[in-house]
Amino acid sequence: MSLSAIQPLMQVEALEKWYGQQLGCRNVNFELYPGEVLGIVGESGSGKSTLLNCLSAQMEPSAGSIRFDVREQGLRDLFSLSEAQRRVLMRSEWGFVHQNPRNGLRMRVSAGANVGERLMGLGARNYADIRQQSLTWLEKVEIDAARVDDLPIHFSGGMQQRVQIARNLVSQPRLVFMDEPTGGLDVSVQARLLDLLRSLVTDLGLSVIIVTHDLAVTRLLAHRLMVMRGGEVIEQGLTDQVLDDPQHPYTQLLVSSVLQP
Amino acid sequence: MISQPEASNCMIHVEHLHKHFKLHNQGGTRLQVLEDISLQVNKGNCLVLDGPSGKGKSTLLRCLYGNYLAQGGQVKVNLSRQDGITEWLDLAKASPREILYARRHHIGYVSQFLRVIPRVPVIDIVSEPLRSLGVEREEARQRAATLLERLNLPERLWQLSPSTFSGGEQQRINIAHCFIVGYPILLLDEPTASLDTKNRAVVMELIEEAMEQGTAIVGIFHDSEVRNQVATDYFRFGNNTHDRT
Repeated sequence: MSLSAIQPLMQVEALEKWYGQQLGCRNVNFELYPGEVLGIVGESGSGKSTLLNCLSAQMEPSAGSIRFDVREQGLRDLFSLSEAQRRVLMRSEWGFVHQNPRNGLRMRVSAGANVGERLMGLGARNYADIRQQSLTWLEKVEIDAARVDDLPIHFSGGMQQRVQIARNLVSQPRLVFMDEPTGGLDVSVQARLLDLLRSLVTDLGLSVIIVTHDLAVTRLLAHRLMVMRGGEVIEQGLTDQVLDDPQHPYTQLLVSSVLQP
Repeated sequence: MISQPEASNCMIHVEHLHKHFKLHNQGGTRLQVLEDISLQVNKGNCLVLDGPSGKGKSTLLRCLYGNYLAQGGQVKVNLSRQDGITEWLDLAKASPREILYARRHHIGYVSQFLRVIPRVPVIDIVSEPLRSLGVEREEARQRAATLLERLNLPERLWQLSPSTFSGGEQQRINIAHCFIVGYPILLLDEPTASLDTKNRAVVMELIEEAMEQGTAIVGIFHDSEVRNQVATDYFRFGNNTHDRT
């Protein structure tokens, strides 16, 4: 099939993370392809945040490998790269959207500067150009041009989250990690953000790894789903198949426990 | 019974399909829904799934879309391309990526329910399958508009999100969303259930046009008028036989 010609963007094998005697996660295996959105679901303590932190190279795994298709280099083991190379990767080819925008934004510099800063970190120096790109991206995430010079601290939670997304996407990353990006937002704001994320992902052909405990979010955003419990992946597959025809007792429990309005 | 079709003409080939549901949190109850189902659908044919409620018609349709996991047997769909390369995909063994590929290019499915993203207007919902194939926004919208017009959905609704629409309006959006691409395989779960006579006739026309173009269809139609008009084959649940009209 014509699919076989496409190289994976990320390849994870036998990934394991221990905190001393305490299991973080283990036995994680998957391949992520360009344009794919992978959802990781599970309850608190299931190991999903540990996994996300390992995948995004913020934490070194105890065993196993994570390989990423670095531009012009091909698949490279993340932890065989130097610290400096990893940092460049994180700033250019990756994005990370935190649940709390305060962790991903500088609250005391303007929204425009928050977005522009990322470009400057990559070496951009032309002020007018940086300003223009910031404006374009803030417009894409539906921030009114009149608010560009305001501080994010004066924004609503939903707006802050959109600024954080713009800050991440301005460098045109190929892979974006998201940790509960819609958590803590009002449902109406959540819907708007989901719609925005969905169209950005489609238009830009982004790959995304998104951690959430909200199954409805995964149905709308994720192509594939990984269900975690007690540090292990207990089920994975096509999102609608896992949600409509869950095989594992725990997934069945999760799916049947969702309240339907 | 069916005769062995020309391989190149066959679009769906199901062999010895089994499907049960094991309800782990309800005492481990096991529901056997599909048992040893075999069938084939050729280009330009419409196989109607026939039988009382609860016998697994929708389950079979969902297995053909890769939405339900087949547990035994094969669910092969023909993914041959126009360049003449013949390729089959067994949905019972396919990876999520392969199933998504098959859905994007080859298989359309009209479910009984419209599941929408909040806030997205009708016109964008309907043009989305074309957008995902790389068609430009304006052209996709144009084609969506043509189809919505044909399905008599008033233009003033196109820019609205359909979450508050009537059942019949939602169903027509579902149908437009599925028919816009011109997939070689269509799976239709009661596509006319909540439509009035006029719109039912439009849907029958769409189905017949698709068949003329070689589309293979598997459908569930409780409306006997629709069924009689479009069916070329029947699969009878209960005795699991496949016969031609």
